[in-house]
Amino acid sequence: MLKTAVVVFPGSNCEADTERAVELLNEQKPVMAWHKDPLPNDVDLVVIPGGFSYGDYLRAGAIARFSPVMQGVIEHAKAGGLVLGICNGFQILLEAGLLPGAMMKNSGLHFTCEWVHLRTERHGLPFTQFEQSILKIPVAHATGNYYAEPNLYYRLEEQNQIVFRYCDENGNATKESNPNGSLGNIAGICNETGNVLGMMPHPERAISQDLGSSDGALIWKSLFASTAHI
Amino acid sequence: MVRARVNVFLKKDVMDPQGNAVSSALKQLGHSDVHQVRVGRSFDLILDGNDGEAARDDIKKMCESLLANTVIESYEIQIQPQEPGKC
Repeated sequence: MLKTAVVVFPGSNCEADTERAVELLNEQKPVMAWHKDPLPNDVDLVVIPGGFSYGDYLRAGAIARFSPVMQGVIEHAKAGGLVLGICNGFQILLEAGLLPGAMMKNSGLHFTCEWVHLRTERHGLPFTQFEQSILKIPVAHATGNYYAEPNLYYRLEEQNQIVFRYCDENGNATKESNPNGSLGNIAGICNETGNVLGMMPHPERAISQDLGSSDGALIWKSLFASTAHI
Repeated sequence: MVRARVNVFLKKDVMDPQGNAVSSALKQLGHSDVHQVRVGRSFDLILDGNDGEAARDDIKKMCESLLANTVIESYEIQIQPQEPGKC
């Protein structure tokens, strides 16, 4: 069990699903942290949910990173605390500099809402303590085309920071299985120390077979079984 | 007052899907001479004070911290000449 905060910005729209997933799988309701307030004390895990914070004005996540709550999130991350950014949350973590690289519009220019398969490239993180490799989890975004300049991409591979890649159902990371044109089929990356993860797919939308897949629950269960700090 | 325009574009080596889409649309309209289109974003700023160079330094900080994502975007700052007798 981890004391969990779900950050809510104006324009967040996945906070209720995230709250529900945490409540079901952590057996404890998360604290909903309004962006204008400081981050609550003694939080183990901060989740930045999906949505369109500040209407995606300027760039997705660009304005949200200046919200008062983000100072606490940055300090929490720098101290080794766990941070999970989902979709818009991933975009905010990139804009805030907690993860490297940048997000561009989907290569097809369309909002993409579909089930995808992910290949878990790095097990053993607090987020990925499970055996299963291929996860079925949905995406829903227009700006998920991850970009890193070549040196950074090389470094991400060297340091094993690529956590999830889009793949087909057999685990092949093909062009066809990539919903947004992201570099190297990247769907999720972590920071160097492995306590901050950003991912475009929505694990909170895949916590039960009734929803189409329970593979997202693996990530939540892994988190809630982990220790709070790295 | 200092008036300035900031233009933000994706860096040259970063693919611009929007620009490519606009380029194809223009070609479909019959503009077969279109070779490339890059889509960017402009900001018109009006700042207090009269010192264009000081304003440029300040705007540079704005670009680095918010107006551009320098991982993928580059920016240019144009300080507009002041008209004589006006501030």
